[in-house]
Amino acid sequence: MKRFYVVLGVLAVALAGMLVYLLTARPGAAPAAVAAPTAVVDDGFRGDTLGSASAPVEVTEYGDFECPACAGFATVQMPTIKEQLIAPGKVRWRYRDYPLPMHPYARLAAHAAQCAGEQGKFWEMHDQLFSNHSWAQTGRDPSRLFRDFARATGVDLVRYDACMESGRYASRIEFSRLEGEQRLVDGTPTFYINGVKYVGRNNSDAFKAAVDSAAAARRR
Amino acid sequence: MRHRQAIALLALVGLFVALYLWLHQIGVGGELKCGTGACDTVQASRWARFVGIPVAAYGVVGYAALLTAALVGLQPAWLGRRGPIVLLAALATGGVLFTGWLTYLELFVIYAICRWCVGSAVIITLIWLVSLHGLRTPAPRTDP
Repeated sequence: MKRFYVVLGVLAVALAGMLVYLLTARPGAAPAAVAAPTAVVDDGFRGDTLGSASAPVEVTEYGDFECPACAGFATVQMPTIKEQLIAPGKVRWRYRDYPLPMHPYARLAAHAAQCAGEQGKFWEMHDQLFSNHSWAQTGRDPSRLFRDFARATGVDLVRYDACMESGRYASRIEFSRLEGEQRLVDGTPTFYINGVKYVGRNNSDAFKAAVDSAAAARRR
Repeated sequence: MRHRQAIALLALVGLFVALYLWLHQIGVGGELKCGTGACDTVQASRWARFVGIPVAAYGVVGYAALLTAALVGLQPAWLGRRGPIVLLAALATGGVLFTGWLTYLELFVIYAICRWCVGSAVIITLIWLVSLHGLRTPAPRTDP
């Protein structure tokens, strides 16, 4: 019986040590993808788009993947907008990054979306990031979770990992944010319909009315 | 006696797994060390909480109860009684059912597998099997 308690004690100490190790070892997110870059270069990229290139109306959204309102819009309103406005060819949707400074992982999320976009899966990653938004409430490093999202979109994870590690789109994301600043983006999500700032309600009915109005104005 | 010892050792390992997942869920430590599994997907899903409480917390309580019952059952006063092994079997049965439900969610609802959860499922299943075997084995005789 004494030997049993010795075994139990040794096991308890070993497990406690392992627990401390697991809780304190932090590889962390790829630094290059998290922080704002020191130099910003215009690579000519102007956002990912959804919908027909010949649509009469273009909506540009400035969004932040860590923003709850953006997640709410993407998951509740966007499906209807896709069905009623984008799919019929009435609207082309353009997404621009506007990571807010109070969101520590907004740039990382934007970078993850760009890395998926590099493999043609931006919108799939966009949907993953917004549909599983509980990562934004935990305050913990979501790198591993984003990798799971990337896997779910079907991207090549080796290329995704290399992309995240390099932080190659950090400059692009900052350029997009600076562009938003110049356009007087004052929160996320902020929308521009055919270049004009949209100030209505963020629901699909209001968007439909605004898009119809913009299309009519264009016809005149 | 061997059954209770085996359950105590297994419950200790299970307690470690559940404690790690629970501490991660309440924000202690960095990212979940999960190898190639999809632990964060599981942990961030709506199923990671049950009645508002992190699922891992139930594991901590369950394994702690199993460990305590097994250790109490090893005390001379309880060694000859069947009460502890009956209690262990009852606790393990509840644990296996709960784990079975969680594994179903992982496979068919969340579509992601967490290695730590699989580890816990294996441990509770082993505990359940050992407790069932213990139920069928006569209680050891103890000298007065």
